[in-house]
Amino acid sequence: MTAGDSYYGRPVVKAPVWKPAIALYFFTGGVAGASSVLGFAASITGHRRLARSAFVASAAGLAASGPLLVVDLGRPSRFLNMLRVAKPTSPMSVGSWVLTAFGPASMLAAASVVTGRLPRMGRLAAGVAAALGPVVATYTAVLVADTAIPAWHGAHRELPFLFAGSAAASASGIALACTPVTEAGPARRLAVLGAGLELGAFRAMESRLGEVGGPYRDGRAGRLARAAEVCTGAGAALAVLGGRRRRSAAVAAGALLCAGSLCTRFSVFRAGFESAADPAATVGPQRRRADASVRSA
Amino acid sequence: MPVAMRMGFFTDTSICIGCKACEVACKEWNNVPDDGLNFLGTSYDNTGGLSSDTWRHVAFIEQPVTVPRLGDDGIRWLMSSDVCKHCTHAACLEVCPTGALFRTEFDTVVVQQDICNGCGYCVPACPFGVIDKREADGRVWKCTLCYDRLKSDLEPACAQACPTQSIQFGPHDELRERAAGRLGVLQDAGVAGAQLYGADETDGVGGFGAFFLLLDKPEVYGLPPDPVVTTRDLPRMWKAAAGAALTLIGAAAVACRRPR
Repeated sequence: MTAGDSYYGRPVVKAPVWKPAIALYFFTGGVAGASSVLGFAASITGHRRLARSAFVASAAGLAASGPLLVVDLGRPSRFLNMLRVAKPTSPMSVGSWVLTAFGPASMLAAASVVTGRLPRMGRLAAGVAAALGPVVATYTAVLVADTAIPAWHGAHRELPFLFAGSAAASASGIALACTPVTEAGPARRLAVLGAGLELGAFRAMESRLGEVGGPYRDGRAGRLARAAEVCTGAGAALAVLGGRRRRSAAVAAGALLCAGSLCTRFSVFRAGFESAADPAATVGPQRRRADASVRSA
Repeated sequence: MPVAMRMGFFTDTSICIGCKACEVACKEWNNVPDDGLNFLGTSYDNTGGLSSDTWRHVAFIEQPVTVPRLGDDGIRWLMSSDVCKHCTHAACLEVCPTGALFRTEFDTVVVQQDICNGCGYCVPACPFGVIDKREADGRVWKCTLCYDRLKSDLEPACAQACPTQSIQFGPHDELRERAAGRLGVLQDAGVAGAQLYGADETDGVGGFGAFFLLLDKPEVYGLPPDPVVTTRDLPRMWKAAAGAALTLIGAAAVACRRPR
């Protein structure tokens, strides 16, 4: 790429107009979605105390998500326009509808398990929330991948796994911090699995992207990625090593896992802006593709 | 109203003189707000690019060239009036969750301003960086191909104001024929680098409603050389998400299994 291959170095694609509230929502939505899965799995396997923590975390994550999504709109008073149509070609439309169904289910499941009322309704709601939770935790990855931003679009195969792992790590982190250590075994195991998925997917994404993945290595997004690796890795290790015996260690592990997940989300978010600002990231791969198709024709 | 013909622009940059009458006419007719009195210091272009407040943008490239007799010291000017491409497969329209972006009877892509809630999804989805959010207003804005004028059988303001007919408006089919003819003329005259951009219906966005004749590679003008509508890969993305969702369920199930 030489200077002549861009218009005075100006970006080709526009950077997102989303504010950091959206990166925060990726985290809270992930917690809500993965917690509902953990809660349901824990409840049907008889881990009652853990299920209760997870259901409450799911409802809390969801309650935080709504305002984050609304404040980011240019016209917050029109948030209901999201439900004006159902468009399969728009991951944001799909997500809006899934959240509309997931929200009440997650809330009802938590309310039922906390108050002990409507147990059958609560179980049904927990099932619905658990079925939709994985979508809530992963559709945001499709949402960012479905753009013209090279560092996002190019990572469309890995991003859902990254977001799923990050969601599992943070949800189990919260669950193990809020549950007595003797009851939190499944959360510790899920923390390790989630952290492994998160770290592995990030590595896979970076290596596939090659030069387009520059933002994930350099600058602010790169620093966030390294912080995520340290926090998530340390959180998972601490959960297994100290979290079995001491609650304080479990709480610290949970905090580290959440910090790692947050750093992951903000790293991906920031990388999108940095990628959009670089005309070479857009033009380079397209030029090679265009030249290759001319040669093969 | 019966379904009308596909209407579009053919912007022949080989006869653009960089006067920016199109930028002004567009702003005047569409009441597009002021976007600042800027001095970019790069060329005679002080607009920079398309945005929520710039729906026609004249790129101005000062390019060093080798000229016979003069040697390496030659300079040529490339001027091109950029605009929304009104793609056949428009990413902005496909990702819009409210249905605010729609396809008109002229096969153009327009934002319904009374519906847009400013979610901003279309902004990074556009492969050309055309559509943008007007911060003070909260909604997104872009070229409408003068939808209001088309409904009254008028040509878009930019095309009417263009003094050299660099911006040509008309039925899409007719424009494509005209563009092919013009390209032939230039190629016969030995104009190296002359090429149509966006006239090929098999490209990644299914062809542009507003296409161009350029005198150099698209990226020189700040245009992507091989744009692809991002939603083309959407099935693959959902497939990956389904795999990730199942992985999440599997991990939770494994984690919760009671040791035997």
